[in-house]
Amino acid sequence: MAGIIGKKIGMTSVYSAEGKNLPCTIIEAGPCVVTQIKTQEKDGYESIQLGFEDKKEKNTPKAMLGHFAKAKTSPKRKIVEFHGINDVNLGDSVTVDQFQEGEFVDVVGTSKGKGFQGVVKRHGFGGVGQATHGQHNRMRAPGSIGAASYPARVFKGMKMGGRTGGDRVKSINLQVLKVISDKNIIIVKGSVPGSKGSYLIVEK
Amino acid sequence: MDRIKEISSELNETKQWPSFSSGDTITVTYKIKEGNKERLQSFQGTVIQRRSSGSNETFTIRKMSGGTGVERIFPLASPFLEKIVVNKEGAVRRSRLFYLRERTGKSARIKEKKTFSKK
Repeated sequence: MAGIIGKKIGMTSVYSAEGKNLPCTIIEAGPCVVTQIKTQEKDGYESIQLGFEDKKEKNTPKAMLGHFAKAKTSPKRKIVEFHGINDVNLGDSVTVDQFQEGEFVDVVGTSKGKGFQGVVKRHGFGGVGQATHGQHNRMRAPGSIGAASYPARVFKGMKMGGRTGGDRVKSINLQVLKVISDKNIIIVKGSVPGSKGSYLIVEK
Repeated sequence: MDRIKEISSELNETKQWPSFSSGDTITVTYKIKEGNKERLQSFQGTVIQRRSSGSNETFTIRKMSGGTGVERIFPLASPFLEKIVVNKEGAVRRSRLFYLRERTGKSARIKEKKTFSKK
């Protein structure tokens, strides 16, 4: 699960070699700095911690300043652990060059928050379907949520309305259409979770 | 927004086309794929709109074909576009000529733009 931290810039489209107009997302990824190397002996597992995007020193706690000073880098805004990145030292930078055009990646992000939503939007319920036959205002209602005297309760996990979106979502198997390494940009086919400017994790 | 435009223009390089606008009569030659074969076809008509910008820009041309109106939309960045020839420049007072859809024959004509050479 090697990867990189990035930021969603937005969506556009690109013409493929066959002339098809493909939807794609522009991701600005890296350069990330290795801020910590966790080892089996010391931490009980192996991983690499990467930091992305500078932030001001005055907005950083002293403890974090010390952590970044160990790697001899400026304070970073977003820190993520990755497994499977080998042969790096503390303070090294990780760039988009690890991705090749045509390979498939997974992208993790936080989906857009939708607020309190009903079951039709939140769980894909069908709704009633028509406005007649005595529906009045029940067109998007969930219907029955359980039986009567047995079990005499509503089962846990029953799908109901509630806060929607704002979850960690992973879009899998997105094809890398292009890597522009001098601008630190990856173009992937299709959409990725989250709003413009939100942080993303691009995994191999 | 600007960064998206900057990068998408880098991704889709638009060829150099002659400048044309709504009201002009143009001939577009474009590639058609039939199986593995490619051939060229042309479409002549009046430009009734140009919309969007950058690599998303498209234009719509309308022509009368056997009494029925035919409209085609082409993206300017499309790799299938081969050639654009401006046949006639039209003098129109708006950028979207959708009123042409309700008109036929004499009332659907567009005046030709008069161009004077500067001395």
